[in-house]
Amino acid sequence: MNIYVCVGSSCHLRGSGKIVELIKAALKENGLEEKVNLAGAFCLGKCTEGVSIKVDDEVICGVCPDNFDEVFKKYVLDRI
Amino acid sequence: MRKFDTQVQYLKYKVLREVARYAFEDRLLDCFTEIPEIVVKGKESTMRCCVYKERAIVGERIKLAMGGDKKNPNVIEVIDIACDECPVSGYNVVADICRGCIAHRCEDACAKGAIEFDENLKSHINKDKCVECGRCAAVCPYGAIVSRKRPCERSCKVNAIHMGKDKCAEIDNGKCISCGACVYQCPFGAVVDKSFILDVIDMLKGSENNTKYKVYAVAAPAISSQFSYAKLGQVVTAIKKLGFHSVVEAALGADMVAYSEAAELKEKGFLTSSCCPAFVDYIHKQFPDMVEHISHNLSPMATISKYIKETDPTAKIVFIGPCTAKKMEFQKEEVRPYVDSVITFEELQALFDSRDMEINTFEEDVLDNASYYGRIFARSGGLSDAVAQALKEHGIEDFKADPIACDGIEACRSALLRASKNVLPNNFIEGMACTNGCIGGAGCLTHGVKNKSEVDKYGREAMEKTITSAIGFAKK
Repeated sequence: MNIYVCVGSSCHLRGSGKIVELIKAALKENGLEEKVNLAGAFCLGKCTEGVSIKVDDEVICGVCPDNFDEVFKKYVLDRI
Repeated sequence: MRKFDTQVQYLKYKVLREVARYAFEDRLLDCFTEIPEIVVKGKESTMRCCVYKERAIVGERIKLAMGGDKKNPNVIEVIDIACDECPVSGYNVVADICRGCIAHRCEDACAKGAIEFDENLKSHINKDKCVECGRCAAVCPYGAIVSRKRPCERSCKVNAIHMGKDKCAEIDNGKCISCGACVYQCPFGAVVDKSFILDVIDMLKGSENNTKYKVYAVAAPAISSQFSYAKLGQVVTAIKKLGFHSVVEAALGADMVAYSEAAELKEKGFLTSSCCPAFVDYIHKQFPDMVEHISHNLSPMATISKYIKETDPTAKIVFIGPCTAKKMEFQKEEVRPYVDSVITFEELQALFDSRDMEINTFEEDVLDNASYYGRIFARSGGLSDAVAQALKEHGIEDFKADPIACDGIEACRSALLRASKNVLPNNFIEGMACTNGCIGGAGCLTHGVKNKSEVDKYGREAMEKTITSAIGFAKK
């Protein structure tokens, strides 16, 4: 599985760095570091709805620390 | 507010703008013959002997705007009919200013016995003996001895440009490092950097609004000192309106480079930087024994482009910066897979105006990917600071960086010479071919005293204060 976090300027200013940290921690906690590839993407085209992430081919917008656990479970844990 | 430093830049820009305008409208091949009359209007000449010569030179400028001579591998070319064939006389005594004094410091300073005196006791230089060292000029209390070197020769600190056949300037590609100093300094605009704007326009059109593939602009941090008539955020909007999918800071590539270069420095114990393509080319051409010490990192431009292509393999990437030597770098085998084209700030201005954009009326977009340290790469000393910081962030305490920041190619030569003789006390050479670093680049629109403070200010505005936090997503 590939997860891309938008690190384009808009999402970066909205805190994509924090989301990267959360994903890294969650992957480690669930022992998924080998199974999931994490990378940055430069603009997923949803600048006003960031932070955006892309899990394989699906773009998920509005990711923030508050909804992170929910997003991670729905799009990563439940699918792997 | 002035967009350019000189009228020569303005002239070059007008040609680029018109070429771009027709290219965007798909009419270039039908209409390029109209451009000389658009740029040189009326019947009165303002630059040369007559409007016909002016237009003939514009014709040559059009060729360069369309990519120049494909057989010449160098991106810097001389327009022979534009060269004014300035007299080449080297050091001379100005008869009016020489007082025929008693001290004769000029004579004492000259190791070659080239100074002679006439019946009025005035000094003269015997050209058969003179070696152009300039010592006499340095000691004359009246400043009566001046160098009449051609501006192109004087600007070229690597001795790559000389008077050739027909008195026209000629570039020695074996020595030229494509820094563009002569391009900026020639008062007649006879030395010009080839332009790849047509490739960029083709790329933008072919993307069909970024649906077929995405076109990314990688912007050099020196951009913060440019386009001073508008806000940086408005420039970002304008770049996107040209058709780019997104604008990414090359400074983020600089953060990545600083991080891995610090580790490389510790491992090898001595290193030169690899960011400045003119400096790297200079080492290859003049200090081949030092090549092994060049950092193995790609430049920030190539590093960030490589990262983008790893996540978006069909991406096209255009670097926008102050640098003519980058136009050589992107054609190198190890960089070509990552960077598709390079344009300068001058050329970006021409692209904006070919679309009649009023940038200072645009909304402001944002540009924020890199840290303070990546951003200050744009000025001399920034890279050294960044590498020292990266060592700290690596937690390396048993090794200390001792950088020497070489500002301009002459300072680079001096450091490389000492290093090649093992008498350089430092363990890291930051080499920047242009004076003041990238902000002194030949492709800048303006070169001002405030540019360095503009870059530092832009650095401080970065959201990320450390290198590690800026590159967190890319670090395993």
